[in-house]
Amino acid sequence: MRAIVRIAAWLYAIAIYGFIFLPVVMLVLFSLQATSFPIPPFTGPSLRWYQAVLSDPRLTSALVNSLLVAVLSSLASVTLGFLSAWGFARFVLPGSALLRGLITLPLTVSYLIIGMGLLVLFNWAGVPKSLIAAGVGHVVINLPLCFAIIYSQMGDHQINIERAARDLGAAEWKVLLMITVPVMAPAIFAGFFLSMTFSWDEFVISFLLTRFDTTLPVEIWNLLRSGLNPKTNAVGSLVFAVSIVLVVFFELTLLRRKPA
Amino acid sequence: MSAPLVDIRNVSHRFGQHPVLKNVSLAIEPGSYTILLGPSGSGKTTLLSILGGFVTPSEGKVFIRGEDCTSVPPAKRPTTTVFQDYALFPHMSVGSNVGFGLRMQGVDGATRAAKAREALALVGLAAAFDKKPHQLSGGQRQRVALARALVIEPAVLLLDEPLGALDLKLRRQMQDELKAIQKRVGTAFVHVTHDQEEAMALADHCVVMNDGRIEDEGAPERVYARPKTRFSATFMGESTILAGKAGDSRDGRVTVTTGLGSISLPGRSPADASVALAIRPEHLVLGDVKGDVALGIAKVSDVVFQGSFKRVLAASTQDPALQFIAKAPASAAVRAGDTIAVSCNAGDIILLAD
Amino acid sequence: MSVSGSNSRALPWALVTPALAWTLLFFVLPFIAMGLSSLTAHEGGGFTLANYSQFFTDPSYWRAMVNSLEVTATVTVISILLAYPFAWILAEQVPERWQRLALMLAVLPFWTSYVVRSYSWLLVLAQNGVVNRALSGIGLIAEPLQLANTRFATVTGFVHFFVMLLTLTIFANLKQLSPSYRKAAADLGAGPVRTFLHVVLPLTLPGIMVGAFLTFVLCIGDYITPQILGGNNELVMPQLVMMQIGRRGDFPLASALSIILMAVVTIAYLACARWLKIERA
Repeated sequence: MRAIVRIAAWLYAIAIYGFIFLPVVMLVLFSLQATSFPIPPFTGPSLRWYQAVLSDPRLTSALVNSLLVAVLSSLASVTLGFLSAWGFARFVLPGSALLRGLITLPLTVSYLIIGMGLLVLFNWAGVPKSLIAAGVGHVVINLPLCFAIIYSQMGDHQINIERAARDLGAAEWKVLLMITVPVMAPAIFAGFFLSMTFSWDEFVISFLLTRFDTTLPVEIWNLLRSGLNPKTNAVGSLVFAVSIVLVVFFELTLLRRKPA
Repeated sequence: MSAPLVDIRNVSHRFGQHPVLKNVSLAIEPGSYTILLGPSGSGKTTLLSILGGFVTPSEGKVFIRGEDCTSVPPAKRPTTTVFQDYALFPHMSVGSNVGFGLRMQGVDGATRAAKAREALALVGLAAAFDKKPHQLSGGQRQRVALARALVIEPAVLLLDEPLGALDLKLRRQMQDELKAIQKRVGTAFVHVTHDQEEAMALADHCVVMNDGRIEDEGAPERVYARPKTRFSATFMGESTILAGKAGDSRDGRVTVTTGLGSISLPGRSPADASVALAIRPEHLVLGDVKGDVALGIAKVSDVVFQGSFKRVLAASTQDPALQFIAKAPASAAVRAGDTIAVSCNAGDIILLAD
Repeated sequence: MSVSGSNSRALPWALVTPALAWTLLFFVLPFIAMGLSSLTAHEGGGFTLANYSQFFTDPSYWRAMVNSLEVTATVTVISILLAYPFAWILAEQVPERWQRLALMLAVLPFWTSYVVRSYSWLLVLAQNGVVNRALSGIGLIAEPLQLANTRFATVTGFVHFFVMLLTLTIFANLKQLSPSYRKAAADLGAGPVRTFLHVVLPLTLPGIMVGAFLTFVLCIGDYITPQILGGNNELVMPQLVMMQIGRRGDFPLASALSIILMAVVTIAYLACARWLKIERA
């Protein structure tokens, strides 16, 4: 009986792994296709579609744009999120629960609606579509995430640690730089990393708020109009690779260190 | 007599609508070891926070070395706090932790390291300089927290239940060390605890708190032997409590009518006042050897062997609501179910206004 | 105990104001703008309720909401049914030292771009894609099936994503359960099945609810997966919203549809609110 359960469990797990990896394997495999259709039979391997991607100035500039937007909007999100989490965790503020609710509210609203709202507002205020507008939208979606992660990690023990530092004569900005930021570093880094990946992948806000200069997901979307194409496979595989590098880096640097 | 080191004058504090301190005044002498003793919710930790500058009292003033420090922030006043959870900086070495206060004062690195080593040697942890806090045991962290607070030579060191997180054996050992360190450095210590044994072992000056007030304060010997209130008599050690009514006071003696009859004892009280008589367990005499006040017959309900003595609980046969708490020698042949005579000496009875 | 760490009154507000201002300016204000826009006539600009009445009276709009709810419900149920046993196997059957790796592997495609993931499913489900080839290869079908541009494709793409997400949340939940619960249940005479039904399942239910809510919110508001995999044969709400902007530049109608969509999510949130608290540890 026990053996049957075990075998069934293994078969089930393998089936789910297969389901999860099937599209990714197809994506990467047919990015190496030598001919013009990314469907069986496999005719590669060939790197011609990767060359096509890297020599396409629209895709390469979109890649740079995506990285810029991701890094800058994540920096803004984590800074605003950290400062507000610190303020709410450390001080008794009137209406604190309500204000915290307000900051985390965008988490419950879909990106489409956030993008729509900004589009209507910017349209009304005469703000032109741009990468900066998309970056503003990315901070709206990632700020509550950074806030929630960092706020959840600020326990009473950390509060006492800061009180000890003040008691020993540290000025407020020294407490911040020498105690709070280093102690909270794992949560700050987790917030920054998650914001990076979400911004890097985000499509609909960038789609609504940019025009000529745009991000990689939007540029890939434009490629989709040409139907199935190994070039899309190649750029998709590259995006996938960047995400994997980020995740593995995150896993190795952050999650291995277990604070006592 | 010079002014006290710390002078707390008529301090009251409320959290929202809830009063936690009610008109508390307290003086702390230089070089003394003061214990704030009380149950949780008695206001002792709030009083310590007010001393440390973490809380500004709703009313009243705090003077330290004669200066009004009531709303001076923690960093600017000559106090340092040892936190209950130690609050060591987890990302810094033990040496950097201890040197932190000096660094904030702008002391150079070499002097800082030398002083930190000195402070660590004082608490017996000279070897831990380069370790991280998480590599230390609970007792060792406690010592680092102590060294970190002492190294900047505060006028008053505040300790918030410093031994609360340690196991019993370590707690008793750290008690002895705390006392020794305090004698060596000569700094005034103010220490909050709910453990009366800790209080008796450490205090020069013991402050018993309850419900936002100081119930009693003084040398622990005095507070134990002659508690001023019923709360203090039951919180600082155990007592058998007899309720009664005062009769005439004459020639320094008073007669009190209780459920066990009239008892004459030294003291004075307004006639007809409700009073309570408290008797410490070691002053109750069980069996034939009678004290000069007979307290009737009691039925033993429980005997607990405590190593050096036996703790005996017995219910009075005259007044079943009255529970005697007595201490019998370890060799005494007393058992649950025994019926036994109880007596005591009038001089050992503590007269408390009720 | 409430303690102010500093005597400065300005500092706390200086810390929280930037985040609050950002949220007000770029989240609340846009929402108000959208609300005002939704009450404006596309032609001419005066006040009107026509944008809302259009939704409730035009069956094709109404149909998009029904489609959205049907797809979302199907996806949520299938994803939970697939993910729970998988998370359980990872947490209970895989040896402890391999769990981290097994989980990381199971959610690896989770981190790739949303657009890319949907496109990958298009490859798999295409007329000449692997699924059709495999099915005809073993003789199950004579003609290739129309798999892409169907609701089936949309649901498959969604389930792929949410199985990974739910595996993460349910796994975390299962690992948080103290082993002593299971030991206590076994000690009191419950077999593995009854231990699961009466102890493990109820204790992981809050985690499942959080996952289900996340699935609901992300799924009902997503434009990419239905657009790439479902095509235009059968519209869902986000597609309808985007169509108003794309084709006609009709911001008022798009705003009204967005607000209706958001109202549905808010109702779902209120229904699950007690499971979804974000609190300090």
